[in-house]
Amino acid sequence: MLREKTMQDYLAPLVRDIPPSGIRRFFDLVSASKDIISLGVGEPDFVTPWHVREACVYSLERGNTRYTPNAGMLELREEISKYLNHSFHLDYHPDKEILVTIGGSEAIDLALRALIVPGDEVLIPEPCYISYSPITAIGGGIPVGIETFAKDNFKLTAESLRAKITPKSKVLILCYPSNPTGGIMSYEDWLPIAKLVEEHDLIVISDEIYAELTYNQKHVSFASMPGMKDRTILVSGFSKAFAMTGWRLGYACGHPDLIAAMLKIHQYTVMCAPVMGQVAALEALRNGMDEKDKMVESYNQRRRLVVHGFRDIGLDCHEPEGAFYAFPSIASTGLSSEEFAQRLLSEARVAAVPGDVFGLGGEGFIRCSYATSVSQLNEALDRIDKFVRKLQAG
Amino acid sequence: MSELKLKILDLLKEDARRGADLIATMLGEAKETVEAAIAELEADHIIVKYATVVNWSKVEEDKVTALIEVSITPERVHGFDAIAERIYLYPEVKSVYLMSGAYDLLVEIEGKSLKDVALFVSNKLSSIDRVLSTKTHFILKKYKQDGIIFEDHEEDNRLLISP
Ligand SMILES: Cc1ncc(COP(=O)(O)O)c(C=O)c1O
Repeated sequence: MLREKTMQDYLAPLVRDIPPSGIRRFFDLVSASKDIISLGVGEPDFVTPWHVREACVYSLERGNTRYTPNAGMLELREEISKYLNHSFHLDYHPDKEILVTIGGSEAIDLALRALIVPGDEVLIPEPCYISYSPITAIGGGIPVGIETFAKDNFKLTAESLRAKITPKSKVLILCYPSNPTGGIMSYEDWLPIAKLVEEHDLIVISDEIYAELTYNQKHVSFASMPGMKDRTILVSGFSKAFAMTGWRLGYACGHPDLIAAMLKIHQYTVMCAPVMGQVAALEALRNGMDEKDKMVESYNQRRRLVVHGFRDIGLDCHEPEGAFYAFPSIASTGLSSEEFAQRLLSEARVAAVPGDVFGLGGEGFIRCSYATSVSQLNEALDRIDKFVRKLQAG
Repeated sequence: MSELKLKILDLLKEDARRGADLIATMLGEAKETVEAAIAELEADHIIVKYATVVNWSKVEEDKVTALIEVSITPERVHGFDAIAERIYLYPEVKSVYLMSGAYDLLVEIEGKSLKDVALFVSNKLSSIDRVLSTKTHFILKKYKQDGIIFEDHEEDNRLLISP
């Protein structure tokens, strides 16, 4: 008789074979610990500004509880269009080129599902946000990591991109400002990348969810590069800029044909993004810019504090110019990222995410979010300092 | 005022114990620059004092606070200032504001009991020349003071690790 089937055998192999997320494993470890300071949080420490919450409450009181159009409330799409134009020199038509989604997360999923044919290669600069590669794989695509380096401030270089392009390459996923490295790309940095994209006829998914969080210079959207608008699906959302993670609201912008394809999947799978989130997002765009600027200034102050702190401790730390993460090197301690993070947790009661979970080039680093109070950051830096000294003393 | 000074004031308002070192790091300035700016702010009495915000309702000892609306006839020469000074010099008086509208001065008074405050108003305040009338309102609970919420329910409930 055949061996008995297990539940695992019923699962689609593409889903079953996705390795468990490294961040999830670390989450379980941290959750079991007490009295820790966590630098592992990938979301703002601010709660959503009150006027945004209040707008949602009022709207609920008025009974605004129904489905919205599939693509999102037109008013919201119009406001997104104006905002992108004003802030990033982008030009998207609210009716055909913007789709409101359940977080940037859904937009990434839709874009990959709409584009990937099994066997297509998807180029992904790493270390990077952890969802790109699994979603690519679920669609039968082949994730191809491109390592980026601290010496380049984790920018994507044309040489390393060119080296990974094959006839099967179809999509390039970009995430700048970067989670986890804090790396950004300037106009000059983008130019040779745009040239390669053109030459090799690639489609780009540009995850610009941290666009508002840059510190030394304004964000340059890849979609705003000459000739790139039609080749790019821009993904963004409200989670980071407006401290709205729990609302689950994001959007995708791009060529009408691409957006229409994504809308097809979206309408059958989720119908529309939650109306409460859409109402709140509208308020955030209309009246939330001052609060947003204050939050960015506050991240910037804390960014300087942690970078200075890590350098004082003697850990190499490139300057993160965007998002709210520092990505210091712990290579000098002789430990792997996992060992360092686990011992830091158990011996110093500080949680940071080991860099290797973010893919190629992440080993030897830890991701530390500075979206945490100044007093907690100071205490965490103190503890890390003592821990590193203890390691050095052997 | 310079942008640097405004930023320093913001940081000190959040936490007056922040030293020049920390502030300099957070603002990306030299420590000496920040020290000099703070010294100027102090010399100009822009920074008046580094005080502590206390939630007295949590302290055993009882305190009673009242807001008193005071209407006055202004002095010809000194306007409202002279009479305001007569009032604010009493240690029982915590704050005094000149107001537009239905009355002239808003005076905050602290005492040990209702009677204490009431007596102060009738004996000291009302008896001042040119004070026409007073209206006393006792404060029952302080929810927020100087931008600080006393019982903040918005604690950090984020997941400890997220992608
Ligand atoms: C790079 C990046 N993209 C997308 C997301 C998902 O954001 P959302 O809350 O909009 O789904 C995150 C969240 O951590 C992120 O860091």
